[in-house]
Amino acid sequence: MNDFTYHAPTSLDDALAALRGAEGGTLIAGGQSLLPIMKLNLAAPTDVVSLAGVAGLDGISDDGDSVTVGAMCTHAQVAGSATVQGRIPALAAMADGIGDAQVRNAGTIGGSLAHNDPAADYPAACVALGATIVTDRREIASDDYFQGMFMTALEDDEIITAVRFPVPARAAYAKFANPASKYAVAGVMVADGPAGVRVAVTGASGDGVFRMAAMEDALRGSFSAEAVAGIGVSSDGMLSDTAAGAEYRAHLVAVMAKRAVEACG
Amino acid sequence: MSGNGTGIGASVKRKEDARFLTGRGRYTDDINLPGQLYGYILRSGMAHAKIGAVHTDAARAAPGVHAVFTGKDMEGVGGIPTGWLIHSKDGSPMVEPGHPALAIDKVRYVGDCVAIVVAETAEQARSAANLIDVEREELQAVASIEAAEADGAPLVFDEAPGNVCYDWEVGDRAATDAAFDAADHVVSIDVVNNRLIPNAIEPRAAIANYDPATGDYTLYTTSQNPHLVRLLLGAFVLGLPEHKLRIVAPDVGGGFGSKIPHYAEEAILTWTAGQLGRPVKWTCERLDAFKSDTHGRDHISTAKLALDADGHFLGLHVTTKANLGAYLSTFATCVPTYLYGILFAGPYTTPAVYCEVKSFFTNTVPVDALRGAGRPEATYLLERLVDKAAVELGMDRVEIRRKNFIREFPYQTPVALQYDHGDYDATLDLALKAADWAGFEGRRAEAAARGKRRGIGISTFIEACGIAPSAVVGSLGARAGLYESGSVRVHPTGSVSVFTGTHSHGQGHETTFAQIVSDMLGVDFDAVDVVHGDSAKIPFGMGTYGSRSLAVGGTAIYLAVEKVIEKGKKIAAHLLEASAEDIEFENGSFTVAGTDRSKTLGEVALTAYVPHNYPEGLEPGLEETAFYDPLNFTFPAGTHIAEVEVDPETGEVELVAVTGADDVGRIINPMIVDGQLHGGLAHGIGQALLEECVYQDDGQLETGSYMNYTMPRAADLPSFNINHNTTLCTHNPLGAKGVGEVGSIGVPPAVINAVIDALRPLGVNDMSMPATSQRVWQAIQRANG
Ligand SMILES: Cc1cc2nc3c(=O)[nH]c(=O)nc-3n(C[C@H](O)[C@H](O)[C@H](O)COP(=O)(O)OP(=O)(O)OC[C@H]3O[C@@H](n4cnc5c(N)ncnc54)[C@H](O)[C@@H]3O)c2cc1C
Repeated sequence: MNDFTYHAPTSLDDALAALRGAEGGTLIAGGQSLLPIMKLNLAAPTDVVSLAGVAGLDGISDDGDSVTVGAMCTHAQVAGSATVQGRIPALAAMADGIGDAQVRNAGTIGGSLAHNDPAADYPAACVALGATIVTDRREIASDDYFQGMFMTALEDDEIITAVRFPVPARAAYAKFANPASKYAVAGVMVADGPAGVRVAVTGASGDGVFRMAAMEDALRGSFSAEAVAGIGVSSDGMLSDTAAGAEYRAHLVAVMAKRAVEACG
Repeated sequence: MSGNGTGIGASVKRKEDARFLTGRGRYTDDINLPGQLYGYILRSGMAHAKIGAVHTDAARAAPGVHAVFTGKDMEGVGGIPTGWLIHSKDGSPMVEPGHPALAIDKVRYVGDCVAIVVAETAEQARSAANLIDVEREELQAVASIEAAEADGAPLVFDEAPGNVCYDWEVGDRAATDAAFDAADHVVSIDVVNNRLIPNAIEPRAAIANYDPATGDYTLYTTSQNPHLVRLLLGAFVLGLPEHKLRIVAPDVGGGFGSKIPHYAEEAILTWTAGQLGRPVKWTCERLDAFKSDTHGRDHISTAKLALDADGHFLGLHVTTKANLGAYLSTFATCVPTYLYGILFAGPYTTPAVYCEVKSFFTNTVPVDALRGAGRPEATYLLERLVDKAAVELGMDRVEIRRKNFIREFPYQTPVALQYDHGDYDATLDLALKAADWAGFEGRRAEAAARGKRRGIGISTFIEACGIAPSAVVGSLGARAGLYESGSVRVHPTGSVSVFTGTHSHGQGHETTFAQIVSDMLGVDFDAVDVVHGDSAKIPFGMGTYGSRSLAVGGTAIYLAVEKVIEKGKKIAAHLLEASAEDIEFENGSFTVAGTDRSKTLGEVALTAYVPHNYPEGLEPGLEETAFYDPLNFTFPAGTHIAEVEVDPETGEVELVAVTGADDVGRIINPMIVDGQLHGGLAHGIGQALLEECVYQDDGQLETGSYMNYTMPRAADLPSFNINHNTTLCTHNPLGAKGVGEVGSIGVPPAVINAVIDALRPLGVNDMSMPATSQRVWQAIQRANG
């Protein structure tokens, strides 16, 4: 790891100023994705700007037809929030299945979405639920936000402040975890909400989160596990690694989709 | 042996836990010496390459850097030796290539040591290492046994044609062939024993110091056997006499075999400290540990079992290919031979057994002992084959085992070992009952109703611990003795220090050995401390591996205590004006038989050190040492039963129950014994279901971190149902056998047999380790056609 300058701003403006003033600056939230890549010298920022003390990035609020989660909320906070558990239980359960206890206590929703790991869980939740990513300067619909593996619509100096999730009528997440890392090998969020019926898949594709149109169509006809059970998933473009080759992954996507629909009740 | 509150048989809480649980352990990395520098080892990123010039100028000029040394600088220093000479079938000695501590002309695996950078801080050393430019010509790598034996395969060493180190055999081939000719049935199997990465929680570390005033070297290192390191490093590598080289292995956070070998880094550090006249410290990082700690297992085998019409075993023929990695690590050569082939009688009366093993060099991390070392590989093969035989002959899996059990002891196997004693029916019966084997079909049906495939699997095994005696292992090629030392020092006021040549790195010796001594001498448990791990303090000893510490090291202590008591009797007799033959020793008191006249151990000890009124001709002091060379191995045995549920849709295997019935010999501390069994079971389950070291064809380590190398975690394991049936070892006074490796030896075949049992109704008859969800799913797909 190279030497870097550490900044601990207390306001969004100061954070932005520190970021813009740096030659190669980066934000740090929970550090659960950033620090491993810095240790491997895959990232070598000159400046690291912490969001930990920045006011206004925490808290979870119930806004009636939506729930807003502050960017610095940890996965454990989302999982343990009475509001999330009450309004969008699928989201709380999803957060509770991220990594392990240490990761959940440090990692944040903002960091996860900014990083956009193709095996992360939140992208599936955001796309299926039709969430809106709120930043220091604008609001971005999930459909526009995710732009492929590790790629997002964020500008270089843009800071996520919150994520707004519309409350669905029903939703569930089924995840097949990598036995070693616990990241998603195939994670499927199924939601029936204001954005319609959506099936979003993470962990499986090299392009990051994607929707399964055939399954969504079938579910619109009949919201039942049987409706999706027969729908095959192609292994084209699927990731392949030690835990799961492309063919097995495609199969797991189909199984997880079916189980998520079942879990919707 | 009173079995009182802290004596033999009591679950005393571990002495060492007070410091471990409060973060006050003193591990190698906790040690800092005045003026110390930090070393960083630059490792090869290529699996196989010729190396030319190594340009170090930029690194030398980097901030804080004191020195950079490469293989050329260390040329002339001895290579890293190996500890066991194996002879091939034709009588020729194995190919034993040199192993320079820092690579000289060639690198042979990803992780091979190329240079050491020494700087003021670890960070400076690490970043300066990035500036070293190594001229390399990449060569094609052989990263597996298959690649190593392929026609025209590149050679890891020019002197090893076909990449073969040796082609060894044990047993009577002609007799075995004859058994097959006479057989009614022949059952054969192909198995792979998956390669594992040990992953002790404490990475390796070392600090070396050289004192120019005295010429003394000191090396603190994460070792399971400090004297062995001193012998190899001193006599073979650096040419230092023993009295000038002190090795300290302080608290060590797990070894599992990976801290047995003498490693190149230990030699590099010690030599570098000598060059610079300053202490040099090195701590391995986790990613480097994956590619530089010795790996384990990695066999490909094919075997066949000959049976008569009733299912009696007539003969066993095993052909194994073993991967030794890029260099011969300390015990690498004996693990797939004398710790493997001689286990193939198992608990069975098979009259003819033959095993041949061909071992290969590859461009991978050197392979050495890993918890069980050879015995898990043998047990896995045998217990898979026995299960397969039962299925093919339409016999019950339990009955086929029972039918072939050895029941008369001592039993001479056809593969060298002689079992002194055992009761295999007893552990089998105990396990069947504890696991409710009889009620399994009900549980299978209940699981099926939930859409799960449930299976049960069994393994009945023996193992051989406390490898010995020295004369025999010597005749088989061992370059060291395999005895152990123990010293007992009774202090003037009656407290006791015990010195052992074994090393504790999780086993709890400080507690177990103190229990033995306090029980035998009748002194308070708290008045006994155990000292280990420092060659300047302890008598020459062989360290800890092969589940030898209690059976061999504990016996040495036992014998030393007996000597203390004998001497105490003479002193007491003098004080009591009686004859030594009339003195009885019990509960800490020397008593004249048939009287109430007695002296306490404390009084006798004080007299020994203040010998004013003392037997004529007797030396003062109360301190005795014993060296114990066992007459034989010890033979723990048992039955393990595993029960699994498979999700046929995803292929996921859930381990729902594990039952063990073990005979580990005399149990000194039941809590520690169960802890050892639990750890071993977790290790074995890791091998069966989760762990797999994968190399790419070019020799890059694919599973090089916890992102894709799966260690077992608490949530992967059921609550273990452990049961004991104890028979005593007949040839050591404690009756001790060994327990540290039992779980990793016994359980893997039980787990895989259970997975196959679950899937057999789907047409699946074979499964490799680890039974990952993908592998299980693929097997189901194949069976579905
Ligand atoms: C062992 C392990 C297992 C894991 N398993 C899972 C899993 O199962 N599922 C899963 O989804 N994830 C998993 N993760 C990832 C984890 O959820 C991370 O916490 C998350 O991806 C990043 O969040 P963070 O707060 O740690 O971000 P950091 O690591 O601090 O930052 C990540 C990136 O996001 C940027 N960033 C952070 N906050 C903001 C913001 N508010 N606005 C703009 N940019 C920002 C940073 O500059 C950086 O580039 C795992 C991680 C580990 C180490």
